[in-house]
Amino acid sequence: MTPRLPPPDSDLIERREILDAAGLGRTLRRMALELAERIPQEGRPLYLVGVRTGGAYLAQRLCSMLAEAGEPQPLLGAVDISLYRDDVFRGLPKPEIGPTELPEPIDGRTVVLVDDVLFTGRTIRAAMDVLADYGRPRAVKLATLVDRGRRELPIQPDVVGVVVETTASESVRVMLSERGEGDRVILRERRA
Amino acid sequence: MTAFAHRHLLGMESLAAAEIVMLLDLGDRFLEINERPIKKVPTLRGKTVINLFLEPSTRTRTSFEIAAKRLSADAVNISGSASSTVKGETLLDTARNLDAMAPDVVVVRHAQAGAAEMLASRLRAGVVNAGDGAHEHPTQALLDCSTIRKHKGRLEGLDIVICGDIRHSRVARSNIWAFTKLGARVRIVAPRTLLAPGLEAMGTPGSVSIHERLEPALEGADVIMMLRIQKERIGGALFPNTREYSRYFGLNPRRLALAKPDAIVMHPGPINRGIEIDPAVADGPRAVILDQVARGVAIRMAVLYLLAGGDAGPSE
Repeated sequence: MTPRLPPPDSDLIERREILDAAGLGRTLRRMALELAERIPQEGRPLYLVGVRTGGAYLAQRLCSMLAEAGEPQPLLGAVDISLYRDDVFRGLPKPEIGPTELPEPIDGRTVVLVDDVLFTGRTIRAAMDVLADYGRPRAVKLATLVDRGRRELPIQPDVVGVVVETTASESVRVMLSERGEGDRVILRERRA
Repeated sequence: MTAFAHRHLLGMESLAAAEIVMLLDLGDRFLEINERPIKKVPTLRGKTVINLFLEPSTRTRTSFEIAAKRLSADAVNISGSASSTVKGETLLDTARNLDAMAPDVVVVRHAQAGAAEMLASRLRAGVVNAGDGAHEHPTQALLDCSTIRKHKGRLEGLDIVICGDIRHSRVARSNIWAFTKLGARVRIVAPRTLLAPGLEAMGTPGSVSIHERLEPALEGADVIMMLRIQKERIGGALFPNTREYSRYFGLNPRRLALAKPDAIVMHPGPINRGIEIDPAVADGPRAVILDQVARGVAIRMAVLYLLAGGDAGPSE
């Protein structure tokens, strides 16, 4: 398999805005409500685990929204998948290795993985491997802000913010105020 | 983070300060894995690490083996007595044969200074120097820096005493390089017969000082590192006897009181209790000796990760 090298930022041009700041907030609130509805009572309190780095920020936001909506204070964790990637040595730029933090044992719990963009499914496959090294959850659910399709593994989300049809040359970028950017989701395309 | 542009880890002399800091940061990341219920990540699955230890070692060899296994690499250990070197094979021939089996990393310990560098120039695998004669022992220096950084928050501006058999110590050499590169001052303490020439020239001017008495060197020290008297390397009579050595150069509670109140005590092991360090100090609250061992595994995980193909480069 040849590595699919992500193009450098300078080679990408913005095609369109998928969500503005207000849209991003609205979408996350709806996702929070859907999570509260869809996870059965035995899965309480909810246990949200963000995939670093984008998913961890989103999990944090969903946690506050759920608490505001009257849910029992959800548990919040984060996983770092750098050491579990199947392309770790394929020449892809490697993100800094961050800590995996699970505040309580995941055994027997319903864990909701939260990611910003669901694409090939390989990140989620790696995140599930991380969870398996920490214990045996009763169930693992997946919430993603953007589903851009083009899966390479049989992985489907349970709660989706927005579905975007994309081509291989496009990429979705989730910009978050936690990273010092304005809240925004944009679709970019490789310069021809 | 800085990229690590080396295929081998041969010594601290050839590393830049930024590279040392990157290795320490990466080591901190791996610490967490050693606290997990399942202490293993799949990162180096399918990679082979050969530990070629042609000198006795328990701690370092075990540490490298555990580091490799926690990253899911296959670790093969070869020790001096079990190797073909006792049948007369040269180090290079042994290594060439191992290289033909396509390992990804060879960790080598050898009594001869320069052994690791010689292998690195001839093997396809990445080479880690786990101690070559009295030359260098870079992963020990990295784990020592990591331990100091944890307890003191930094190395810059610290006064670090290294006391003992400097002449035969690769640990002292690697640490002098590392400590001074990171901005610490090093006070070397040893009887004249156990000193080596050229130590002051290893750091920036003024950063390395030589002392023949322990007490004055301890005053105001932040870190005290005691080295073992290497009986197996000391051929002739470099000092009268261990009792006399202990009387002048052993670290006891009375001497420890001369250092800063929050000074930490380190020892690369193995300890000769009652010779270079009093048991009351070795087991006391200021000793961080077992911390050094714990951090050693994480540091070696970081080194294997980088040499087996990983990268601590920046995210997109």
